[in-house]
Amino acid sequence: AASAPKPLPSSGPKSLREMPHPLATSSSEEMGPALTPSPDLLLPRSIADKDLSLPNGTPVDTSSPASSSSLLNRLQLDDDFDVETRDLFVTVDDPKKHVCTMETYITYRVTTKTTRAEFDLPEYSVRRRYQDFDWLRNKLEESQPTHLIPPLPEKFVVKGVVDRFSEEFVETRRKALDKFLKRITDHPVLSFNEHFNVFLTAKDLNAYKKQGMALLSKMGESVKYVTGGYKLRSRPLEFAAIGDYLDTFSLKLGTIDRIAQRIIKEQLEYLVELREYGPVYSTWGGLEVELSEPLEGVSACIGNCCTALEELSEDMTEDFLPVLREYILYAESMKNVLKKRDQVQAEYEAKLEAVALKREDRPKVPTDVEKCQDRVECFNADLKADMERWQNNKRQDFRQLLMGMADKNIQYYEK
Amino acid sequence: MEDCLAKKMEITVSEAEKRTGRNAMNIQETYTAYLIETRAVESQTEGQCAPVESLWRRYSEFELLRNYLSVTYPHIVVPPLPEKRADFVWHKLSADNMDPDFVERRRIGLENFLLRVASHPVLCQDKIFYAFLMQEGGWKEMVNETGFQLKADSRLKALNATFRVKNPDKRFTELKHYSDELQSVISHLLRVRARVADRLYGVYKVHGNYGRVFSEWSAIEKEMGDGLQSAGHHMDVYAASIDDILEEEEHYADQLKEYLFYAEALRAVCRKHELMQYDLEMAAQDLTSKKQQCEELATGTVRTFSLKGMTSKLFGQETPEQREAKIKVLEEQIQEGEEQLKSKNLEGRDFVKSAWADIERFKEQKNHDLKEALISYAVMQISMCKKGIQVWTNAKECFSKM
Repeated sequence: AASAPKPLPSSGPKSLREMPHPLATSSSEEMGPALTPSPDLLLPRSIADKDLSLPNGTPVDTSSPASSSSLLNRLQLDDDFDVETRDLFVTVDDPKKHVCTMETYITYRVTTKTTRAEFDLPEYSVRRRYQDFDWLRNKLEESQPTHLIPPLPEKFVVKGVVDRFSEEFVETRRKALDKFLKRITDHPVLSFNEHFNVFLTAKDLNAYKKQGMALLSKMGESVKYVTGGYKLRSRPLEFAAIGDYLDTFSLKLGTIDRIAQRIIKEQLEYLVELREYGPVYSTWGGLEVELSEPLEGVSACIGNCCTALEELSEDMTEDFLPVLREYILYAESMKNVLKKRDQVQAEYEAKLEAVALKREDRPKVPTDVEKCQDRVECFNADLKADMERWQNNKRQDFRQLLMGMADKNIQYYEK
Repeated sequence: MEDCLAKKMEITVSEAEKRTGRNAMNIQETYTAYLIETRAVESQTEGQCAPVESLWRRYSEFELLRNYLSVTYPHIVVPPLPEKRADFVWHKLSADNMDPDFVERRRIGLENFLLRVASHPVLCQDKIFYAFLMQEGGWKEMVNETGFQLKADSRLKALNATFRVKNPDKRFTELKHYSDELQSVISHLLRVRARVADRLYGVYKVHGNYGRVFSEWSAIEKEMGDGLQSAGHHMDVYAASIDDILEEEEHYADQLKEYLFYAEALRAVCRKHELMQYDLEMAAQDLTSKKQQCEELATGTVRTFSLKGMTSKLFGQETPEQREAKIKVLEEQIQEGEEQLKSKNLEGRDFVKSAWADIERFKEQKNHDLKEALISYAVMQISMCKKGIQVWTNAKECFSKM
């Protein structure tokens, strides 16, 4: 039911496992599901920040269209997989304010450049507002429930009375939206999603949205999971590990967020005092004759320090904190996916039990069960793949982030 | 400074010790005693090491010495003592007089005081000062015997009392104004600096939390783990570095404080001049009125209303003999007065001359010292920034290896 890439002839799961990963280093390991690896063990750090997934050891059901393995086949047909063969580029820029009778809002220009066959034209440029991005994300979640969908920046501004139309806020949001689309673009499965395509290309998105509502009932099956009633027997260790990791991870990120905010606060208080400190030297300079020059000099230097500190705090607020928050959101959505996975597994196990108890030949149930099994495996594979990708990306992000923070501090001190 | 004591002798206040004893009111108290060590420099040049003489003094004795010097040399800007109680503290510093850091800084301040006095061309020659350094017992009695307390003008203690001086020396008025402003600006500076130090301390210390979190976070990561761990270590180093930085800054604050108190000493000299001038003018006024009285009696004209004149009119004129007697008394007084006035004038001029010389000396010393203090402060700041660059560069490297 979900949108899918064109299924390519696959040589079967076994051969996939035996095929060497195009980018694998000699030290890569294959792990079975029984061990508890950290999700990002397998992948080397790719230069071009392009990640591939490799289902590690889990049998992949080729009948499931939304499997990343079929895509992997397609990718392996390429010689090199780096930036040059990337065939889809998306950018978000040029925010504009629109004033209508009912409301005022901001739209962003979304530009697409592509050589993919799925797109009619090589270039597109459309205007989208936050609502549209939100819609896209929901659609992606619905249609690709087994994948990790990147987070959006927060819908509502939590802290105090922040101007929705202030330059800083709009810019921060634009950057986050840009990142959101780029992440989807990089995803080997999500980027082929039908809704994504429409989002990038349609002149009138609202018409399509309305159309989509009618189809909702057809999509219902993939969305709805029976909640409650199905108890999970045992979670495979690796998912338990992922779950634990995510918990601790978001905890730590939350702490870092608080620390960073505290530092900014302390820095601002320090700034207040510094601002009083500088002029006193000036006043003193006014009193003196010989000393007036050096005293003025000190005063000026302190003034410089003030400016530099201000810049530092601003940069931290604008660049560092949003990314932290984004990853916390990411972790949240990942946990949700894990929950769903648990649900599916539980359902599968329950059905299996039911079959065993009844000892009847019910053709319906096995297919049901199979479907569940399908989903579980699918889940597992995709999840792992996404986790790996995500870890890598996250690492890159943080690396840059912290380096940026360090850089800023250095600049501050150099001043 | 050819005859300067400081050149002939090494003076140090090398130790501080807690003591208990009985004070003037026979009450047991705890106080700190400081060890003063002196060693003659001259004999060292002969290739021999001169013996070190030492004695113990407490803060109150230093105070006594300074009071003596202030009274005995009113035209000199007498070096100030380090503060009696800890002022301008920021939260980490203790305001307790017994706190070891405070005692240590006071020890340095006292040594500085002695060196200043010893390098002053006039003060270094004072016998009492010499005895302070060399003679432990009986020094207090020696000081009191000089009777300096009698010379001390109690009017000087009333800091805010104004004396209407008709012809003040403009330079002194300006100087007094300057010393007031200087006091005000330096104390403002010290107050703000204390607050700045407080805030900076906070900023650095919070970074220490990063260290902890990074460490905890690195435990759950695989590839990022090492990078985070070492970066965390650098954050800890950063947070710890503020303690040394601020300790160094205290030294700068102390240098400023010295001049804060010097401003007081400067003001005191101006006040003394004011008083002298006031006394002079009073004396001159007194003389003029006496002369007038004399004239009136002699000529019999009453130019101004006086109670005596009225009473004599009411109760009868004086006899010529009485008048003669009065005139004679007045003439004597006038003569005395004129002599006094002359000597006061002389005194005044001498005072102004020597005071102004010392003030010029002081000005040069102040400019030199403060320039150096500012330079060393700037150097401190630069070194602090360099350390910051170092830490964050290290952290950056750790991050880049993640």
